[in-house]
Amino acid sequence: MKGLEGRAAISGIGQSQVGRRLGRDAMDLTLDACLDAIADAGLDRSDIDGVATYPGGWFGPSGFSGPGIPELQDALRLNLNWYAGGPEAAGQLGSVIEAVAAVACGFAKHVLCFRTVWESTAQGGGGRAGIGTPSGGGSGKGFRASGIMEWTLPYGAASAAVWIAMFAQRHMHEYGTTRAQLAQIALNARHNAALNPKAIYREPMSLDDYFAARMISTPFCLFDCDVPVDGSTAVIVSRTDCARDLLRPPLRVEAVGTALRGRPSWDQFDDLTTMAMRDAGAMLWERTDLRPADVDVAELYDGFSFLAMAWLEALGFCGKGEGGAFVEGGARIALTGELPLNTHGGQLSAGRLHGYGFLHEAAVQLWGDGGARQVHGDPRVAVAAAGGGPLGGCLLLVRD
Amino acid sequence: MTARNAHFWTGGARGELCLLRCSACRHWIHPPAPICPACLARDVAPEAVSGRARVATFTVNHQSWIPGFDPPYLVAIVELDEQRGLRLTTNLVKCAIEDVRIDMRVRVVFEERDDVWIPLFEPAE
Repeated sequence: MKGLEGRAAISGIGQSQVGRRLGRDAMDLTLDACLDAIADAGLDRSDIDGVATYPGGWFGPSGFSGPGIPELQDALRLNLNWYAGGPEAAGQLGSVIEAVAAVACGFAKHVLCFRTVWESTAQGGGGRAGIGTPSGGGSGKGFRASGIMEWTLPYGAASAAVWIAMFAQRHMHEYGTTRAQLAQIALNARHNAALNPKAIYREPMSLDDYFAARMISTPFCLFDCDVPVDGSTAVIVSRTDCARDLLRPPLRVEAVGTALRGRPSWDQFDDLTTMAMRDAGAMLWERTDLRPADVDVAELYDGFSFLAMAWLEALGFCGKGEGGAFVEGGARIALTGELPLNTHGGQLSAGRLHGYGFLHEAAVQLWGDGGARQVHGDPRVAVAAAGGGPLGGCLLLVRD
Repeated sequence: MTARNAHFWTGGARGELCLLRCSACRHWIHPPAPICPACLARDVAPEAVSGRARVATFTVNHQSWIPGFDPPYLVAIVELDEQRGLRLTTNLVKCAIEDVRIDMRVRVVFEERDDVWIPLFEPAE
């Protein structure tokens, strides 16, 4: 630990019901997760003096976010010293990292961080929605895109699936990465999901099943894309010295990565085989004396399979361009492997909780609560990372 | 459309792909910004590029995302000849899906849609 982030620790976690088309109110899900996390830490709501969230209240397409901080604060009548919510952060976990900074600076003692999605209910039976498309259907005639969508929507590139597929394609071109290698991210997730009662897709999946799936945007097939769900996840970030007497051994934040040193863009980044994660990953190791070999378990964003592979490279678990070879055959990233990956099933099989699910699972593993999917050998160091494209943030957690 | 992007979406009426360029150091700027990222000059103005490019990467999209875009179709990022890293996301047209390759040479063509001219790219010899 070289920075101040070690003054902060994860002290509790919570999660609502997670499922497809639950039809439940987003605030209701959020309260379930938040109250669960507060109780998990052994705290009372009166102890919570900070709140952080991504991407803020009711931001983006329907279902992309739930309530904002004011609604949650008011519902629980929280007395806050610090709060922050919004989409312009180092990825989804950037909100947690902001809480870490606030705690390390002494702005707050116990920060409740949450992320709520209800995309499955919002998208209904109509299938996965494009981003920034005109609402209400129709021909779209006369519709004008704005913001970053101005440069992609006129080309039918209305989803991160399309944007990230082009990074995967370039990676294959430069490094010879194959779809069979990419498949290992999905197969590993599915295998782990079978051991997670809350996962969405738990039935076995073979490499043949993978290759038989319909294509979404080459090289991605259906199983390279995560599954939208409804659910809310919460974590408590506490001052480490205030966390020692709580129910759980604190998970100290050894280091964080938030850097974005290239252009903040889906198509103008200097290297089309990696993304913001390259810089966030590099920064994380600049802030600690621990090394990738010290990590016992890795929970890496897999909104699309390729992103987890790119995070493996970005975090130095293998060399640049070696992600395909690293996951080849799947043994290395299995629960019993040298670097267990996405032990809950990732977003690919456990559901798109949008970043927070990885941090939640890192804590589950470090506290030994994984049940049938628990990594053996008493894991003490975990990395959680989230984001793709210009979004990227990561945390290294240590149970001392 | 705004004063800042109209040159890009209407240049096709004259058969030109126009991007902003720094009047001081001649650096090309995309997406548009009212400042040159290389020399910080504020004097930037639209100028036509050659329209010649190579495919930096691509995807064959099979999913229906937007009404009017019937899959499969080709989405690509092309890098213009004028400057390293000067890229556009676009569609490749007049090109069989199985023939697309990274690094293949392409050139701009335009499709008129309502009051804008969408720059697309087709294979070039």
